[in-house]
Amino acid sequence: MDAAGLLDAYERMAVVRRTEKAAHDLFLRGLVKGTTHLAAGQEAVAVGASAALRPDDYVFATYRGHHHALARGATPEECLAELMSRATGLCRAKGGSMHLTKAAAGMLGSYAIVGAHLPMAVGAAWSARLRGTQQLAVAFFGDGATNIGAFHEALNLAAVWRLPVLFVCENNLYMEYTPIAEVTAVPRPAADRAPAHGIPGEVVDGNDVEAVAEAVERLARRARAGDGPAVLEAETYRHYGHSRADPAAYRPAEEVERWLKHDPLDLARGRLAERGVGADEIARADERARAVVERAVEAAGAAPAPDPREALTDVWADGGAAWRT
Amino acid sequence: MADVITYRDAVAEGLAREMRRDASVVCLGEDIGAAGGVFKTTVGLLTEFGPERVWDTPISEQAIVGAAMGAALTGMRPVAEIMFSDFLACCWDCLANEIPKVRYMTGGQVTVPLVVRTANGGGLGFGAQHSQATENWALTVPGLKIAAPATPADVVGMMAAAIRSDDPVVFFEHKALFATKGAPPPPGHVVGLGRAAVVREGADVTLVALASTVPLALRAADALSGEGIEAEVVDLRCLVPLDMATVLASLARTSRLVTVEENPYQGGWGGTVVSVVADEGFDLLDAPVRRVAGECVPLPFADALEEQVVPTVGKVVAEVRRLAAY
Repeated sequence: MDAAGLLDAYERMAVVRRTEKAAHDLFLRGLVKGTTHLAAGQEAVAVGASAALRPDDYVFATYRGHHHALARGATPEECLAELMSRATGLCRAKGGSMHLTKAAAGMLGSYAIVGAHLPMAVGAAWSARLRGTQQLAVAFFGDGATNIGAFHEALNLAAVWRLPVLFVCENNLYMEYTPIAEVTAVPRPAADRAPAHGIPGEVVDGNDVEAVAEAVERLARRARAGDGPAVLEAETYRHYGHSRADPAAYRPAEEVERWLKHDPLDLARGRLAERGVGADEIARADERARAVVERAVEAAGAAPAPDPREALTDVWADGGAAWRT
Repeated sequence: MADVITYRDAVAEGLAREMRRDASVVCLGEDIGAAGGVFKTTVGLLTEFGPERVWDTPISEQAIVGAAMGAALTGMRPVAEIMFSDFLACCWDCLANEIPKVRYMTGGQVTVPLVVRTANGGGLGFGAQHSQATENWALTVPGLKIAAPATPADVVGMMAAAIRSDDPVVFFEHKALFATKGAPPPPGHVVGLGRAAVVREGADVTLVALASTVPLALRAADALSGEGIEAEVVDLRCLVPLDMATVLASLARTSRLVTVEENPYQGGWGGTVVSVVADEGFDLLDAPVRRVAGECVPLPFADALEEQVVPTVGKVVAEVRRLAAY
């Protein structure tokens, strides 16, 4: 990335970080119901990958997907309004935190059944090939998803059909509350499985936004050229627990400290300084991120609740929910 | 055109007609290409449309249906085959949690125009894991449309409607009907989803049937006619959308109701039909309602055992005789 590109990526990551902090605080104030699975700490995976994708590429994410929606162009206001059950929410308050989707930007959903969206990404890549569009599909998933059947079915089908799809694992070391290493027979849960399906598997520092962007750009070029899918395992770490109910007390203090010192925003800030971007310019990016999220919290909070009649819309393509003729 | 067409050939004909008129229609499934399907329901498609439109898959039900969903989200109209309807359980997450919910939970941002075809039901002696009538599984899921044709012409006409639908449709093809024959459908034949058909008129009792139980109900009606009881037979054709108007209109004429279902009594579609009748048509009834349904057991292998647990002409006739006493 050049300095301008890195500064842009930094600001996008700062927006994600502050949006996640806002979601956390709004939950504690009783303004977000249900649960949240925050992606603070994992920003570089979404922002780095997005920097390497075309605007018309397809992205499929998981219930920990706020960063992917934001990276693909959803606004903090749309996301926070969704979490706060507002009519102006990204999914009109019908989805909630686990299902942030911005289809118009190719962000085709956040899916909360582990692994379910990997075959969907394969299908989107198949569709792109049938239509001859050179589009790419990317499935982001956690390390826990590598032990479910859909992961293996998706990798095999993508490989035998040589489809333009990337499987990007965000390995944050824990499948929910359990260390992934305790329940997986290989050290790299995604990358080590890829060769068994005839797919190249790479590991990247998932907190290094430039490294993620470089890897995705390279693997995307290869996939678009017809050389088939790839697996990218991005090593990263979540700053919060698995979900709202989880204080993550099971993580060793030394491990947490080590990863907090390897924070994606700090890393990018250091790189910007190395490239001669002044502290004032970085501060202005931080200020813009702070302001946009602050305005988003205000606007989302002021937005109306959904019309109760909305509960009986959008089951069918005609907009309705009738199950009888 | 031939005088008759089999139900089996009608499947391939219905698919081919839609593939000719719409380049976005593509098929995927196990053994559907060169092999023409294990039930020979996709014979000729690979030859006519080529490997870019007809895709053989590995035995990966989750990948088949999930990939169909991804393609449907991005501009295609995929038709996925799940070889036996029992195998829907292998991809039930996608059918129960992903396909039917994604439009709703994204606030209407996407549609999922796909068809999942599957060979359903008993009668061929395949044992408990290849014989179940599972149409009621799909009926438990808001967001799926459910088609189950009984005749070759309906296979073609309902296939056209299912593929053209912007909503997901589970299309149950009945294994015991594949060899049956019927009038070939005219060109451009489309049977809109959610339109039941009165396939036999009668004034004394309404038999509501679906797929394999339609010819069964017709045979029972013929037997009853010899006893002076005239049964009206309603072919539901679809479970979602459910055409209760046709059922209620028939009951207004006959005042007696028997559902004839291959799926188990426990959770079977007749329970929904009967509950709507109780809510909206109670005044029309002159007798209790009866359900002739599958017994609540896995389907046994031997014919002598199977006929104990699925609807038969004898069971339908016996129930109707009981109602005639009212």
